[in-house]
Amino acid sequence: MINTLLLLLVFELVGEVLVRVTDLPLPGPVVGMFALLGTLMLRGRSWPELDAAATTLLSHLSLLFIPAGVGVILHFQRLGAEWLPLLTALVLGTVVTLAITAWSLSRLLQVQARHQRSKLRAGWVVTGEGQS
Amino acid sequence: MNDSELFELWVYLSESPLLHLTLTLLAYQVARSLHRLSGGHPLANPVAIAVGLLIALLLMTDTDYATYFEGAQFVHFLLGPATVALAIPLYGQLSKLRAIWLPVMGAVTVGVCTAALSAIAIAKLLGGSVISQLSLAPKSATAPVAMGVSDAIGGLPSLTAVLVVTTGIIGAVTGGWICDRLGIRDTSVRGIAIGVASHGIGTARAFQISPEMGAFAGLGMALSAGMTALLVPLLVKLLGIVA
Repeated sequence: MINTLLLLLVFELVGEVLVRVTDLPLPGPVVGMFALLGTLMLRGRSWPELDAAATTLLSHLSLLFIPAGVGVILHFQRLGAEWLPLLTALVLGTVVTLAITAWSLSRLLQVQARHQRSKLRAGWVVTGEGQS
Repeated sequence: MNDSELFELWVYLSESPLLHLTLTLLAYQVARSLHRLSGGHPLANPVAIAVGLLIALLLMTDTDYATYFEGAQFVHFLLGPATVALAIPLYGQLSKLRAIWLPVMGAVTVGVCTAALSAIAIAKLLGGSVISQLSLAPKSATAPVAMGVSDAIGGLPSLTAVLVVTTGIIGAVTGGWICDRLGIRDTSVRGIAIGVASHGIGTARAFQISPEMGAFAGLGMALSAGMTALLVPLLVKLLGIVA
Protein backbone atom coordinates (compact mmCIF):
# COMPACT_ATOMS: atom_id res chain seq x y z
CA MET A 1 0.00 0.00 0.00
CA ILE A 2 2.78 2.42 0.98
CA ASN A 3 4.79 1.36 -2.07
CA THR A 4 1.92 2.07 -4.42
CA LEU A 5 1.15 5.43 -2.82
CA LEU A 6 4.83 6.26 -3.14
CA LEU A 7 4.79 5.24 -6.81
CA LEU A 8 1.76 7.45 -7.54
CA LEU A 9 3.30 10.39 -5.69
CA VAL A 10 6.63 9.96 -7.50
CA PHE A 11 4.89 10.05 -10.89
CA GLU A 12 2.85 13.09 -9.83
CA LEU A 13 6.10 14.78 -8.81
CA VAL A 14 7.73 13.82 -12.13
CA GLY A 15 4.71 15.35 -13.89
CA GLU A 16 4.95 18.57 -11.86
CA VAL A 17 8.67 18.88 -12.56
CA LEU A 18 8.20 18.22 -16.31
CA VAL A 19 5.48 20.88 -16.47
CA ARG A 20 7.68 23.45 -14.73
CA VAL A 21 10.73 22.63 -16.85
CA THR A 22 9.00 22.46 -20.24
CA ASP A 23 6.23 25.06 -19.75
CA LEU A 24 3.62 22.54 -20.91
CA PRO A 25 0.09 23.98 -20.64
CA LEU A 26 -1.02 20.89 -18.66
CA PRO A 27 -1.49 20.09 -14.97
CA GLY A 28 1.30 18.01 -13.39
CA PRO A 29 -0.91 15.02 -12.46
CA VAL A 30 -2.12 14.64 -16.09
CA VAL A 31 1.51 14.56 -17.31
CA GLY A 32 2.27 12.13 -14.45
CA MET A 33 -0.56 9.91 -15.73
CA PHE A 34 0.94 9.80 -19.23
CA ALA A 35 4.40 9.14 -17.71
CA LEU A 36 3.03 6.18 -15.71
CA LEU A 37 1.20 4.89 -18.81
CA GLY A 38 4.47 5.11 -20.78
CA THR A 39 6.32 3.25 -18.02
CA LEU A 40 3.71 0.46 -17.97
CA MET A 41 3.92 0.17 -21.78
CA LEU A 42 7.73 -0.11 -21.66
CA ARG A 43 7.58 -2.61 -18.79
CA GLY A 44 4.92 -4.67 -20.59
CA ARG A 45 2.86 -5.39 -17.46
CA SER A 46 1.55 -3.69 -14.32
CA TRP A 47 2.17 -4.45 -10.64
CA PRO A 48 -0.66 -6.42 -8.94
CA GLU A 49 -0.51 -4.24 -5.80
CA LEU A 50 -0.68 -1.11 -7.95
CA ASP A 51 -3.74 -2.47 -9.78
CA ALA A 52 -5.51 -3.19 -6.50
CA ALA A 53 -4.69 0.18 -4.92
CA ALA A 54 -5.64 2.11 -8.06
CA THR A 55 -8.97 0.30 -8.30
CA THR A 56 -9.77 1.19 -4.67
CA LEU A 57 -8.73 4.82 -5.08
CA LEU A 58 -10.65 5.26 -8.34
CA SER A 59 -13.81 3.66 -6.94
CA HIS A 60 -13.90 6.63 -4.49
CA LEU A 61 -13.13 9.31 -7.07
CA SER A 62 -16.41 11.11 -6.20
CA LEU A 63 -15.18 11.77 -2.66
CA LEU A 64 -12.21 13.78 -3.92
CA PHE A 65 -14.39 16.42 -5.62
CA ILE A 66 -16.43 17.25 -2.53
CA PRO A 67 -14.08 19.92 -1.04
CA ALA A 68 -13.98 21.87 -4.35
CA GLY A 69 -17.76 21.52 -4.71
CA VAL A 70 -18.42 23.01 -1.28
CA GLY A 71 -16.61 26.12 -2.61
CA VAL A 72 -19.94 27.10 -4.21
CA ILE A 73 -20.54 28.76 -0.85
CA LEU A 74 -18.06 31.50 -1.84
CA HIS A 75 -20.10 32.48 -4.91
CA PHE A 76 -23.68 32.57 -3.69
CA GLN A 77 -23.94 36.28 -4.52
CA ARG A 78 -22.89 36.03 -8.17
CA LEU A 79 -24.87 32.83 -8.60
CA GLY A 80 -27.93 34.57 -7.20
CA ALA A 81 -27.53 37.52 -9.58
CA GLU A 82 -26.68 35.48 -12.69
CA TRP A 83 -28.35 32.16 -11.99
CA LEU A 84 -30.25 32.00 -15.28
CA PRO A 85 -27.33 32.43 -17.75
CA LEU A 86 -24.99 30.32 -15.59
CA LEU A 87 -27.39 27.45 -14.95
CA THR A 88 -28.58 27.34 -18.59
CA ALA A 89 -25.01 27.44 -19.90
CA LEU A 90 -24.05 24.61 -17.52
CA VAL A 91 -27.01 22.31 -18.18
CA LEU A 92 -27.59 22.95 -21.88
CA GLY A 93 -23.88 23.35 -22.67
CA THR A 94 -22.95 20.07 -20.97
CA VAL A 95 -25.81 18.13 -22.58
CA VAL A 96 -24.93 19.50 -26.04
CA THR A 97 -21.21 18.76 -25.52
CA LEU A 98 -21.89 15.20 -24.42
CA ALA A 99 -24.25 14.55 -27.32
CA ILE A 100 -21.97 16.07 -29.99
CA THR A 101 -18.87 14.30 -28.66
CA ALA A 102 -20.61 10.91 -28.54
CA TRP A 103 -22.19 11.44 -31.96
CA SER A 104 -19.00 12.61 -33.68
CA LEU A 105 -16.94 9.79 -32.15
CA SER A 106 -19.36 7.12 -33.34
CA ARG A 107 -19.47 8.71 -36.83
CA LEU A 108 -15.65 8.89 -37.00
CA LEU A 109 -15.42 5.24 -35.93
CA GLN A 110 -17.81 4.31 -38.74
CA VAL A 111 -15.69 6.26 -41.23
CA GLN A 112 -12.55 4.51 -39.98
CA ALA A 113 -14.18 1.08 -40.19
CA ARG A 114 -15.37 1.76 -43.76
CA HIS A 115 -11.93 2.96 -44.71
CA GLN A 116 -10.30 -0.18 -43.28
CA ARG A 117 -12.79 -2.46 -45.03
CA SER A 118 -12.09 -0.81 -48.38
CA LYS A 119 -8.35 -1.22 -47.80
CA LEU A 120 -8.95 -4.90 -46.98
CA ARG A 121 -10.89 -5.33 -50.21
CA ALA A 122 -8.02 -3.73 -52.11
CA GLY A 123 -5.80 -6.44 -50.65
CA TRP A 124 -3.68 -4.18 -48.48
CA VAL A 125 -2.22 -5.33 -45.21
CA VAL A 126 -4.16 -3.83 -42.33
CA THR A 127 -2.89 -3.64 -38.81
CA GLY A 128 -5.24 -2.88 -35.91
CA GLU A 129 -8.79 -4.11 -35.66
CA GLY A 130 -11.74 -2.41 -37.31
CA GLN A 131 -14.41 -0.83 -35.15
CA SER A 132 -18.06 -0.64 -35.96
CA MET B 1 -20.76 18.80 30.61
CA ASN B 2 -22.26 22.28 30.87
CA ASP B 3 -22.83 24.80 28.09
CA SER B 4 -19.55 26.68 28.40
CA GLU B 5 -17.54 23.43 28.38
CA LEU B 6 -19.46 22.36 25.31
CA PHE B 7 -18.70 25.71 23.69
CA GLU B 8 -14.98 25.36 24.44
CA LEU B 9 -14.99 21.87 22.99
CA TRP B 10 -16.69 23.22 19.85
CA VAL B 11 -14.17 26.04 19.53
CA TYR B 12 -11.32 23.58 19.92
CA LEU B 13 -12.72 21.10 17.39
CA SER B 14 -13.75 23.67 14.81
CA GLU B 15 -10.20 25.02 14.78
CA SER B 16 -8.61 21.63 14.12
CA PRO B 17 -8.58 20.05 10.67
CA LEU B 18 -9.84 16.78 12.17
CA LEU B 19 -13.47 17.89 12.43
CA HIS B 20 -14.00 18.98 8.83
CA LEU B 21 -12.00 16.08 7.43
CA THR B 22 -14.22 13.69 9.38
CA LEU B 23 -17.38 15.53 8.33
CA THR B 24 -16.34 15.35 4.65
CA LEU B 25 -15.87 11.58 4.88
CA LEU B 26 -19.11 11.23 6.85
CA ALA B 27 -21.08 13.25 4.27
CA TYR B 28 -19.60 11.04 1.55
CA GLN B 29 -20.64 7.86 3.40
CA VAL B 30 -24.19 9.17 3.85
CA ALA B 31 -24.32 10.19 0.16
CA ARG B 32 -23.08 6.75 -0.89
CA SER B 33 -25.71 5.01 1.24
CA LEU B 34 -28.43 7.17 -0.33
CA HIS B 35 -26.99 6.46 -3.79
CA ARG B 36 -27.14 2.71 -3.06
CA LEU B 37 -30.65 2.97 -1.58
CA SER B 38 -31.78 4.60 -4.83
CA GLY B 39 -30.48 1.55 -6.70
CA GLY B 40 -27.56 3.51 -8.15
CA HIS B 41 -29.84 6.05 -9.83
CA PRO B 42 -27.78 8.78 -11.62
CA LEU B 43 -29.94 11.53 -10.08
CA ALA B 44 -28.78 10.48 -6.59
CA ASN B 45 -25.28 11.74 -7.43
CA PRO B 46 -22.93 11.23 -4.43
CA VAL B 47 -20.98 14.47 -5.03
CA ALA B 48 -24.15 16.58 -5.21
CA ILE B 49 -25.66 15.02 -2.09
CA ALA B 50 -22.46 15.32 -0.02
CA VAL B 51 -21.83 18.92 -1.13
CA GLY B 52 -25.45 19.81 -0.25
CA LEU B 53 -25.15 18.25 3.22
CA LEU B 54 -21.85 20.00 3.96
CA ILE B 55 -23.08 23.41 2.77
CA ALA B 56 -26.15 23.12 5.00
CA LEU B 57 -23.87 22.21 7.90
CA LEU B 58 -21.43 25.09 7.28
CA LEU B 59 -24.29 27.60 7.01
CA MET B 60 -25.91 26.30 10.21
CA THR B 61 -22.67 26.45 12.20
CA ASP B 62 -21.59 29.75 10.58
CA THR B 63 -18.28 28.24 9.43
CA ASP B 64 -16.41 29.90 6.56
CA TYR B 65 -14.97 27.99 3.60
CA ALA B 66 -11.32 28.62 4.52
CA THR B 67 -11.84 26.93 7.90
CA TYR B 68 -13.65 24.02 6.26
CA PHE B 69 -10.93 23.63 3.64
CA GLU B 70 -8.21 23.33 6.26
CA GLY B 71 -9.66 19.92 7.07
CA ALA B 72 -10.93 19.03 3.62
CA GLN B 73 -7.63 19.78 1.88
CA PHE B 74 -6.34 16.31 2.76
CA VAL B 75 -9.10 14.79 0.63
CA HIS B 76 -8.63 17.44 -2.08
CA PHE B 77 -4.92 16.59 -2.23
CA LEU B 78 -5.66 13.00 -3.27
CA LEU B 79 -7.02 14.26 -6.63
CA GLY B 80 -3.40 14.36 -7.85
CA PRO B 81 -2.44 10.73 -7.11
CA ALA B 82 -5.91 9.62 -8.31
CA THR B 83 -5.34 11.34 -11.66
CA VAL B 84 -1.98 9.55 -11.99
CA ALA B 85 -3.73 6.28 -11.11
CA LEU B 86 -6.01 6.66 -14.16
CA ALA B 87 -3.02 5.31 -16.16
CA ILE B 88 -3.73 1.81 -14.78
CA PRO B 89 -7.25 1.21 -16.20
CA LEU B 90 -6.10 2.98 -19.36
CA TYR B 91 -3.21 0.53 -19.69
CA GLY B 92 -5.75 -2.29 -19.43
CA GLN B 93 -7.58 -0.91 -22.51
CA LEU B 94 -4.42 -0.24 -24.51
CA SER B 95 -5.09 -2.63 -27.40
CA LYS B 96 -8.54 -1.11 -27.96
CA LEU B 97 -7.10 2.39 -27.64
CA ARG B 98 -4.46 1.70 -30.31
CA ALA B 99 -7.17 0.81 -32.81
CA ILE B 100 -9.29 3.94 -32.28
CA TRP B 101 -6.89 6.74 -31.34
CA LEU B 102 -7.42 8.82 -34.49
CA PRO B 103 -11.24 9.06 -34.27
CA VAL B 104 -10.84 9.71 -30.52
CA MET B 105 -8.54 12.69 -31.10
CA GLY B 106 -11.00 14.10 -33.65
CA ALA B 107 -13.97 13.70 -31.33
CA VAL B 108 -12.12 15.22 -28.36
CA THR B 109 -11.24 18.30 -30.44
CA VAL B 110 -14.87 18.70 -31.52
CA GLY B 111 -16.05 18.15 -27.93
CA VAL B 112 -13.72 20.70 -26.34
CA CYS B 113 -14.66 23.40 -28.88
CA THR B 114 -18.37 22.62 -28.41
CA ALA B 115 -18.02 22.83 -24.62
CA ALA B 116 -16.39 26.26 -24.66
CA LEU B 117 -18.45 27.82 -27.49
CA SER B 118 -21.83 26.54 -26.27
CA ALA B 119 -21.21 27.79 -22.72
CA ILE B 120 -20.02 31.23 -23.86
CA ALA B 121 -22.86 31.62 -26.39
CA ILE B 122 -25.63 30.63 -23.99
CA ALA B 123 -24.32 32.82 -21.16
CA LYS B 124 -23.94 35.79 -23.52
CA LEU B 125 -27.41 35.31 -25.01
CA LEU B 126 -29.01 35.30 -21.55
CA GLY B 127 -27.13 38.39 -20.37
CA GLY B 128 -24.35 36.78 -18.31
CA SER B 129 -21.41 39.05 -17.47
CA VAL B 130 -18.12 38.79 -19.39
CA ILE B 131 -16.39 37.47 -16.25
CA SER B 132 -18.95 34.68 -16.05
CA GLN B 133 -18.57 33.86 -19.76
CA LEU B 134 -14.79 33.60 -19.35
CA SER B 135 -15.12 31.56 -16.16
CA LEU B 136 -17.47 29.17 -18.00
CA ALA B 137 -15.28 28.64 -21.08
CA PRO B 138 -12.97 25.89 -19.65
CA LYS B 139 -15.68 24.25 -17.48
CA SER B 140 -15.52 20.79 -19.09
CA ALA B 141 -11.84 20.28 -18.24
CA THR B 142 -10.61 18.80 -14.98
CA ALA B 143 -10.44 21.36 -12.12
CA PRO B 144 -6.69 22.22 -12.07
CA VAL B 145 -6.58 22.81 -15.86
CA ALA B 146 -9.87 24.69 -15.92
CA MET B 147 -8.76 26.99 -13.09
CA GLY B 148 -5.41 27.66 -14.76
CA VAL B 149 -7.06 28.46 -18.10
CA SER B 150 -9.69 30.62 -16.41
CA ASP B 151 -6.97 32.63 -14.71
CA ALA B 152 -5.05 33.03 -17.98
CA ILE B 153 -8.05 34.32 -19.97
CA GLY B 154 -9.36 36.68 -17.28
CA GLY B 155 -12.03 34.58 -15.54
CA LEU B 156 -12.37 33.88 -11.81
CA PRO B 157 -10.57 30.61 -10.95
CA SER B 158 -12.61 29.94 -7.80
CA LEU B 159 -15.88 30.50 -9.71
CA THR B 160 -14.58 28.18 -12.45
CA ALA B 161 -13.93 25.48 -9.81
CA VAL B 162 -17.60 25.57 -8.83
CA LEU B 163 -18.77 25.59 -12.47
CA VAL B 164 -16.46 22.64 -13.16
CA VAL B 165 -17.90 20.57 -10.31
CA THR B 166 -21.47 21.44 -11.38
CA THR B 167 -20.67 20.51 -14.99
CA GLY B 168 -19.32 17.19 -13.74
CA ILE B 169 -22.48 16.46 -11.78
CA ILE B 170 -24.70 17.37 -14.77
CA GLY B 171 -22.67 15.14 -17.10
CA ALA B 172 -22.71 12.26 -14.59
CA VAL B 173 -26.49 12.58 -14.15
CA THR B 174 -27.44 12.95 -17.86
CA GLY B 175 -24.63 11.09 -19.70
CA GLY B 176 -26.17 7.63 -19.79
CA TRP B 177 -29.59 8.99 -20.73
CA ILE B 178 -28.19 11.10 -23.61
CA CYS B 179 -26.23 8.17 -25.08
CA ASP B 180 -29.34 5.97 -24.82
CA ARG B 181 -31.38 8.62 -26.70
CA LEU B 182 -28.71 8.73 -29.42
CA GLY B 183 -28.73 4.94 -29.61
CA ILE B 184 -25.02 4.73 -28.65
CA ARG B 185 -24.23 1.44 -26.91
CA ASP B 186 -20.44 1.16 -27.46
CA THR B 187 -18.84 1.38 -24.00
CA SER B 188 -15.75 3.18 -25.28
CA VAL B 189 -17.82 5.90 -27.01
CA ARG B 190 -20.03 6.38 -23.93
CA GLY B 191 -16.99 6.56 -21.66
CA ILE B 192 -15.02 9.03 -23.78
CA ALA B 193 -18.02 11.33 -24.27
CA ILE B 194 -18.77 11.48 -20.53
CA GLY B 195 -15.07 12.07 -19.76
CA VAL B 196 -14.70 14.87 -22.32
CA ALA B 197 -17.89 16.68 -21.26
CA SER B 198 -17.72 16.13 -17.51
CA HIS B 199 -14.11 15.26 -16.50
CA GLY B 200 -13.46 13.40 -13.22
CA ILE B 201 -17.00 13.42 -11.83
CA GLY B 202 -18.27 11.91 -15.09
CA THR B 203 -15.37 9.45 -14.85
CA ALA B 204 -16.36 8.56 -11.26
CA ARG B 205 -19.89 7.82 -12.56
CA ALA B 206 -18.44 5.73 -15.42
CA PHE B 207 -16.44 3.65 -12.91
CA GLN B 208 -19.71 2.95 -11.05
CA ILE B 209 -21.07 1.45 -14.29
CA SER B 210 -17.99 -0.58 -15.37
CA PRO B 211 -14.18 -0.46 -15.11
CA GLU B 212 -13.94 -0.44 -18.92
CA MET B 213 -16.21 2.59 -19.25
CA GLY B 214 -14.23 4.24 -16.44
CA ALA B 215 -10.95 3.68 -18.30
CA PHE B 216 -12.26 5.38 -21.46
CA ALA B 217 -13.82 8.20 -19.45
CA GLY B 218 -10.42 8.75 -17.79
CA LEU B 219 -8.85 8.92 -21.25
CA GLY B 220 -11.49 11.39 -22.46
CA MET B 221 -10.86 13.51 -19.38
CA ALA B 222 -7.07 13.55 -19.86
CA LEU B 223 -7.27 14.39 -23.57
CA SER B 224 -9.88 17.07 -23.00
CA ALA B 225 -7.65 18.61 -20.31
CA GLY B 226 -4.80 18.95 -22.81
CA MET B 227 -7.05 20.16 -25.61
CA THR B 228 -8.76 22.73 -23.35
CA ALA B 229 -5.41 24.14 -22.27
CA LEU B 230 -4.36 24.48 -25.92
CA LEU B 231 -7.59 25.57 -27.61
CA VAL B 232 -9.73 27.58 -25.16
CA PRO B 233 -7.33 30.57 -24.81
CA LEU B 234 -7.12 30.60 -28.63
CA LEU B 235 -10.93 30.46 -29.06
CA VAL B 236 -11.45 33.28 -26.58
CA LYS B 237 -8.91 35.39 -28.43
CA LEU B 238 -10.58 34.66 -31.79
CA LEU B 239 -13.96 35.64 -30.37
CA GLY B 240 -12.41 38.83 -29.03
CA ILE B 241 -13.82 38.46 -25.50
CA VAL B 242 -11.85 40.62 -23.08
CA ALA B 243 -12.53 40.95 -19.37
